[in-house]
Amino acid sequence: MSKRTKDVIIWFVTFFIMLIICLPGLWIILSAFRPNGEILTKPAIWIPQNLSLDNFRAIFGMGDNVVAIPVGSYFRNSLVISTTSTFLAIVIGMSGGYAFARFQFPGKASAFLWIMLSRTVPGIALSLPLFIIWSRLGLIDTPFGVILVYTAINVPFTVWLIEGFFRQVPHELSEAAQIDGCTRWQAFWKIEFPLAKSGVVSAGIFAFLTSWNEYALASQLTRSTDSKTLPAGLMDFTAQFTIDWAGMCAMAVIIIIPALILTFLVQKHLIAGLTFGGVKG
Amino acid sequence: MKKIRQCLREHSVPLALLAPAVIIILLVVLLPLIFSFYTSFTNYRLIKPETLWQWIGLRNYQRIMGDWAFWVAFGRTVLFLTIALNLEMLLGLGLALLVNRITWGQRVMRTIMMFPMMFSPILVGFQFKYMFNDTIGVVNNALQSLGLTHEAIPFLVDRWLAFFSISIAEIWMSTSIFAILILAGLFAMPRDPIEAARVDGCNNWQVFRHITLPFLMPFIYIAMTIRSLDVARAYDVVDVMTGGGPAGRTELLWTLIARTAYDDARMGRANAMAYVSILLSIFFTWFFFRKLMQARKHLGAF
Repeated sequence: MSKRTKDVIIWFVTFFIMLIICLPGLWIILSAFRPNGEILTKPAIWIPQNLSLDNFRAIFGMGDNVVAIPVGSYFRNSLVISTTSTFLAIVIGMSGGYAFARFQFPGKASAFLWIMLSRTVPGIALSLPLFIIWSRLGLIDTPFGVILVYTAINVPFTVWLIEGFFRQVPHELSEAAQIDGCTRWQAFWKIEFPLAKSGVVSAGIFAFLTSWNEYALASQLTRSTDSKTLPAGLMDFTAQFTIDWAGMCAMAVIIIIPALILTFLVQKHLIAGLTFGGVKG
Repeated sequence: MKKIRQCLREHSVPLALLAPAVIIILLVVLLPLIFSFYTSFTNYRLIKPETLWQWIGLRNYQRIMGDWAFWVAFGRTVLFLTIALNLEMLLGLGLALLVNRITWGQRVMRTIMMFPMMFSPILVGFQFKYMFNDTIGVVNNALQSLGLTHEAIPFLVDRWLAFFSISIAEIWMSTSIFAILILAGLFAMPRDPIEAARVDGCNNWQVFRHITLPFLMPFIYIAMTIRSLDVARAYDVVDVMTGGGPAGRTELLWTLIARTAYDDARMGRANAMAYVSILLSIFFTWFFFRKLMQARKHLGAF
């Protein structure tokens, strides 16, 4: 077998595997545009007969049939909670990451380890004490309560990623700027921050996606339209006797679209961020 | 005392920079964990607030040690993690090697490979619940349309089929993380040793076994360490797909904790279980982190 035919075969095998990987997701997206009746019909209808946006209209309360689930508020909550907690986690992560990358202080290694260890706590295990404490403090079912928790669970990761990127920026650059008359603060914003920006961006995306997708904590700490996020709200569809499959599929698409756009936009940073620890060895 | 004050003054800048991170983790993770450690020694029930002060010593821990359902869930969790992590690693390795071989359209393939990473665990769970459903699921529909089976297969009801289904979901969700990290390792790999080995007459398998694989091991362990940081994500998947049911057949440690705490309202006992689950997570992370260090040392020896 020539090298060329072998290459072609490998290409097709890979393509086929990728197709299999994508099919489950694509099936959900396709189902979101099909009416519930068509999904439920037996024997199965394989070729979609009528695709429409009805399911989306229904969950947003427009059109003929309305679903009694306030997806609009959930979307707003998700957006507010995810962006705020991401912003906070980035600010805290930059400050902490810079401290680890640029300064020597006693207990540095163990401090780093302990911050990382805080991430191993399973969400559901953390939800138990938080549920008790938050209800005493009146933070249950408030966006603020969820933002606080998401910021804390994102900080270890943002510190870790941003620290690595700051360490790659040679400290001589900042020193040179300071000799030229910059303050340390100016040197940071004019020299070091622009060079480490890609790390900050990738940390931000990770934090946003973690918050956007989080379920274990949100399902216990949120109750109503005041603070319930999209992932927790998805379960509303199953609380009834009949599962509204089409509605769930439509909501799934709403959850996936922002994540999809973000990931595609910043794919390069994402890979850089993920492979960072590996490449450095 | 004087020494501490001097130390604080000397390192005031880094300590101040670090303070926000430490404070928020202290407030939202560490203090609640200390509190839950305390409640694991009480008979605390959500519906009776006064039971928070009812100290019962180690009885919660004794109770779960003798609880058959707990040990079944624990064993199932360990089995689930072992199967899932190993298969994810093998499939990710295979996928990375394949993508590495392609020259045409590699970027596109890499993007497609990351597709499952964009799905939140809850969506993965829902997606496979929908696909494996016995009346409307696409898997059953396909099998019936092809005439392979007449009866619907109860994928999410039968004990082993349900375990198989949640494993598939978990593997679908996380294989791409392995694939991407291993691919990064393949990209970073120096060409010279491979060419030298070929000159010395090694065949493909020997090159893979003795050069490529040892070089990839640190990357594999990094992926394992990153994955074991959030193995508990599987809770979301299983909670949506089966909720630990039917009749506890897919009960994992995490779904058992949620049921004990929120459905049975036995917070004290659930917290004792939660500590076991935290130790399990730390054990997995520590185990792979150590392996990672060993693999690096091994690589450095060459």
